[in-house]
Amino acid sequence: MEDIEFEYPNAQRRITNRAHIGVVGSGDMEVLFEPSEGAWAHVSITTSVNGFQDAWKVVFDRFFSRFDGSVLIQVNDAGATPGSVLLRLEQAVEALGQ
Amino acid sequence: MIEANVIPVFVNRGSFIELSGRERAQALFDKGTWRELVGPFDRVVSPWLPMQGVAPQFDDGCIVIKGKISGKPAVAISLEGAFQGGSIGEVSGAKMVAALDLATIDSRNGKPTAAILLLETGGVRLQEANLGLAAIAEVIASILELRQYAPVITVIAGTVGCFGGMALAAGVSSYVVMTREARLGLNGPEVIEQESGKDEFDASDRALIWSIHGGEQRVEMGLADDLVEDSLHGVGSAVQRFVRAGKPTQHRSEQVELYRRRIVALDASSQIDPLALREQWKSLNSKERTR
Repeated sequence: MEDIEFEYPNAQRRITNRAHIGVVGSGDMEVLFEPSEGAWAHVSITTSVNGFQDAWKVVFDRFFSRFDGSVLIQVNDAGATPGSVLLRLEQAVEALGQ
Repeated sequence: MIEANVIPVFVNRGSFIELSGRERAQALFDKGTWRELVGPFDRVVSPWLPMQGVAPQFDDGCIVIKGKISGKPAVAISLEGAFQGGSIGEVSGAKMVAALDLATIDSRNGKPTAAILLLETGGVRLQEANLGLAAIAEVIASILELRQYAPVITVIAGTVGCFGGMALAAGVSSYVVMTREARLGLNGPEVIEQESGKDEFDASDRALIWSIHGGEQRVEMGLADDLVEDSLHGVGSAVQRFVRAGKPTQHRSEQVELYRRRIVALDASSQIDPLALREQWKSLNSKERTR
């Protein structure tokens, strides 16, 4: 198991909602989105699969190239592929808007 | 229009099995009456899983929702089968027990509160072995307490099924609702095969497994009360009916003598086949159970 953390200081749009999406099932993950306390975003990931820090970085860099909300993101992962990770993140953004 | 005709009724029925544990629990309640207790944002996670290299889940795979069903107070406790096989650990067990005990307190104070257990579980979580076993004992004790005042309704929709210690919890419930896809049994097929060999029980023979553990057989043998189709309406209306019915006059698990006589009367000299067993089992009948 591995814990991974990222900061995104440019994500400055204020968020007021929170969202929970997904299940920690095989090949899947769950994610929490909550408002952060300042004008930045923070990501923390707990994953059962070791050695994929770079892949996580690429996925979140891409996500934050389009998303600018100041959120705390927490992920529990049971081996989701990069594609499913992005889908779960987009679902969470959709849930934030509701 | 054309598309509407082509899409089969089957697709449009609103499958219950395809819902997540959380969505299943939410779907049972009257609109706008429910709220989740100790949800994922409270982050009450298992402390034991990360120690063993397993990512936890923020609700520990146990979802507790309080609200009204058919206008009556109820609490649903739903196990998420996709997380660690719906297994019971220290935290998920404590959530179940606390929810059942709160329902008992409300019921004693003149507000009968039904409990609906949505069980998709292989039983005790192996990573939390002893704590899981203790949790099962506590869950069963809490069900026995609550069922004196209000119905405890177990729903096994599938496709994980309900096995291990939680099958005992289903056994002491007031009512059990199953679909054809669901299974209920103490030892799962793989466990039986591993312990007694493939000749005893072939865990790859799905027809055999469902003919013994499946919802239809369980209902036909009177070990479950209602066989429903896999749809929101099918499961939802059965739960509503049992909530309205209230607690039964006599619980299945109180009829010890009846079941003892049935087991004694079984003819074990030849291989028992599941269809014949239904008839044999029922020929020794008690007075009808009151719903």
